[in-house]
Amino acid sequence: MNYGNLFKIALRAITANKTRSFLTALGIIIGIASVITMLAIGQGTKRSIQSNISEMGSNMIMISPGADMRGGVRQDASSMETLKMTDYESIKNDCNYIKAISPVVTSSGQFIYGNNNTPSTIYGINQDYLEIRQLTVADGDMFTDTDIKASTKVCILGQTVVDNLFPDGSDPIGKVVRFNAIPFRVVGVLKKKGYNSMGMDQDDLVLAPYTSVMKRILAQTYLGGIQCSAITEDVTDKATEQITNILRQNHKLKDATDSNEADADDFNIRSQEELSTMMNSTTNMLTILLGCVAGISLIVGGIGIMNIMYVSVTERTREIGLRMSVGARGIDILNQFLIEAILLSVTGGIIGVFLGIGASYAIKLLAHWPIYIQLWTIIMSFAVCTFTGVFFGWYPAKKAAQLDPIDAIRYE
Amino acid sequence: MDDKKVVIELQDVKREFIVGDETVHALRGVSFKIFEGEFVTIMGKSGSGKSTLLNQLGCLDTPSSGEYFLDGVSVRKMSKAQRAVLRNRKIGFIFQNYNLLPKTTSVENVELPLMYNADVSSKERFERAVNALESVGLGDRLYHKSNQMSGGQMQRVAIARALVNNPAVILADEATGNLDTRTSFDILVLFQKLHAEGRTIIFVTHNPDIAHYSSRNIQLRDGKVISDENNQNILSAAEGLAALPVNSDE
Repeated sequence: MNYGNLFKIALRAITANKTRSFLTALGIIIGIASVITMLAIGQGTKRSIQSNISEMGSNMIMISPGADMRGGVRQDASSMETLKMTDYESIKNDCNYIKAISPVVTSSGQFIYGNNNTPSTIYGINQDYLEIRQLTVADGDMFTDTDIKASTKVCILGQTVVDNLFPDGSDPIGKVVRFNAIPFRVVGVLKKKGYNSMGMDQDDLVLAPYTSVMKRILAQTYLGGIQCSAITEDVTDKATEQITNILRQNHKLKDATDSNEADADDFNIRSQEELSTMMNSTTNMLTILLGCVAGISLIVGGIGIMNIMYVSVTERTREIGLRMSVGARGIDILNQFLIEAILLSVTGGIIGVFLGIGASYAIKLLAHWPIYIQLWTIIMSFAVCTFTGVFFGWYPAKKAAQLDPIDAIRYE
Repeated sequence: MDDKKVVIELQDVKREFIVGDETVHALRGVSFKIFEGEFVTIMGKSGSGKSTLLNQLGCLDTPSSGEYFLDGVSVRKMSKAQRAVLRNRKIGFIFQNYNLLPKTTSVENVELPLMYNADVSSKERFERAVNALESVGLGDRLYHKSNQMSGGQMQRVAIARALVNNPAVILADEATGNLDTRTSFDILVLFQKLHAEGRTIIFVTHNPDIAHYSSRNIQLRDGKVISDENNQNILSAAEGLAALPVNSDE
């Protein structure tokens, strides 16, 4: 039997019964589209929750000097001089798990503009600090590498500082404020962030190049700390481990040997344990939820497809009997229905994929829900639904093709 | 008559069905020969085994025992696929309920048997389908769909479909059973025309009137042949049609 004829037979059967073909394909279209849309909403929600949590800084790593004992007295961290620029440089160059890193030096004091003044803290940092702390410059610009090299006296103000220094609402950009006696030109204003969960005002700060703070204010060469963010929340532990090794090597701390105990770390590394635990448990819950959503929508879609295929082929048992009586062999019948099922399933599948993607974007546009379509959801729903369609188009045809023609033709 | 070619030969064909615990003997040993060019009616009451016999003749079913030769080929030992090919090349079926493909044009319905024959090109297939439709008087209804036609027209399409593969034998199962008297005569006229052209026709029916228009009549009862007579006085269906009162059925 040549496949050209079979293909033509299948095509004629599909086009002759447009309503039936459309309804059959519709089963698959709806099946696939609903799975893709459900998963897009689920994945979108998951990602949106994840990013909300990580905006709180779940992947943040803070390095501070520490564990310095003088005559048996543990010293205050701020007075220790163990973290140097070289430590910052080597972590920046050698650690593979961080995406942003900034040295941090701080100084507290009074900011003065005209006849207004306010106490605040100036943070000497680089541009990465914005990303680590999830800060945004709302007006004006961040300072540049040139400012860092030249230790320029420029600063960016937090909203609380702006409110206190410029109560009349005038534009602070370009104005010169004084920190103690040192003048700083304002180049930008941070977007308001509000209070954090500990009740601390996150807008009560001033940012400046770390070189400016170190040279012009503090006149020191060591750092108050280093802050960085891991590439993702998952690799925070690995990053911490790597940073520990780098710093121990830099500080020439001895590892444990048979005769000696290891030297204690002269620094502390802290990550946001609480946040990352919360993030992990939330992510796990969402993954389970999504799995259920995907599974149930696949089952529902699959059963819909199964029913419509099974019914539409069973309903054609008499036609199968007739075809056999005019000389179609069992294998011809089987191949014809297989071709029909594949044509309908694949066409329906492709339409379903586009409909699913379209519906997802429509939801995004109209309801402003976060959606996220992943390739594997498309491939999986297409594969499962198409396979179900082909199988349940083929299986009843196989049963019918095994009937005697005379039984098939009299089938009620 | 003996010098004519034998198209069908049955030798003591038996067919049993097992229904529940009972064995139903539908055919209890049937033997006859049908020669080329005969118009045979097979008659019998309901349950006499005539449908079973037709299924045997049409290679839709195989005998429980006995031999059946169609055009010299033994059917009994054939596989399903071989029988399908045999049906495709040697037999034209006409059913009581037409069994056309729904929502499909006349031409495509008639082309159907040839679709399963890879030796026929699509051009030849179309030409043969058109010729067959013209020969049953539907040359002007080539692209009508099956649901747009009357019963008589549908049965003509079915006859054209049975003719298109140029079969050794045409098997009709109560081909006029669903039609009114006038249309039945129309169809009988067509059968007589085909007979006159030299085709072999087997017409299974319970309607005794039809036997008058055939050349031979075989009667079945309880799965056996009870009479087998040549009809010396074949009536003309065309005359029968003309004799009908004009409004008898309308």
